[in-house]
Amino acid sequence: MNAEMILFFIFGAVSLIGAIAVISFRHPIYSALSLIVTFFAQAGLFVLLGAHFVAAVQVIVYAGAIMVLFLFVIMLLNLGTLSEKGALTGKLKGVATVLGILLAIQGIYIAVNALNNTEVGSVEAQEKAAALAENPIETYDIGKLLFSEYLLPFEVTSLILLAALIGVIVLVKRENQTEN
Amino acid sequence: MFLGLEYYLVLSALLFTIGVIGVLIRRNAIIIFMCIELMLNAANLAFVAISRDLGQVEGQLFVFFVMAVAAAEVAIGLAIIVSVFKHRETINVDEVNSLKG
Repeated sequence: MNAEMILFFIFGAVSLIGAIAVISFRHPIYSALSLIVTFFAQAGLFVLLGAHFVAAVQVIVYAGAIMVLFLFVIMLLNLGTLSEKGALTGKLKGVATVLGILLAIQGIYIAVNALNNTEVGSVEAQEKAAALAENPIETYDIGKLLFSEYLLPFEVTSLILLAALIGVIVLVKRENQTEN
Repeated sequence: MFLGLEYYLVLSALLFTIGVIGVLIRRNAIIIFMCIELMLNAANLAFVAISRDLGQVEGQLFVFFVMAVAAAEVAIGLAIIVSVFKHRETINVDEVNSLKG
């Protein structure tokens, strides 16, 4: 048990508990707060993986901006425990859970077995890992690649954000016109 | 020595599954949205883990793009939820059935 393993199990357990809490709480506010816990635990996992930039963006964009948007809407609409009328009854819920567990088994099977066919764990991979430990991926590398080879996708991303911005304005504006 | 890739992939698969179960069993549109975020995050975790394993930067770049798209999606989705709530006074996805889906 090295330090990475201990931290992995702590962060992993916290993120799993948070995720289960998201789908268990009846009140959306509690779900949103549990989701923030999950995001922070995942930021910890990213740090553990050496992805410091991604961890920072995770906290700033996800746990910060996106979750504030969620909480803002929940409070704006004053959603208490909303009626879950038509929510799946006990039997169907059981079916959904069983199907989910099947999906989880598939995912775990792929995660564990697909690696057998790849070079993971081979001597080359171990050499690569050793080389990576000496030269970990840094924010510098991400920036360099983002603004050279992936410049076009980066610009397209800004267009997507612009389209979202305009879309939201149009959605809200049309509401006002129908009211007048 | 690093912790094996399979640990991270299994965790990612479990988080993704919890997101799928949430979408299946909950009827509140906002909570369904949160479950979609959960699934996107599980995919991000797999991206970063594999990125480290292969020693390639691209995995982390894709996480960046996924986050940008997720931000746009949340903004639009929540705007739609707000306008649906204004019209129907509910965001229960079973009661919002004008499209007969």
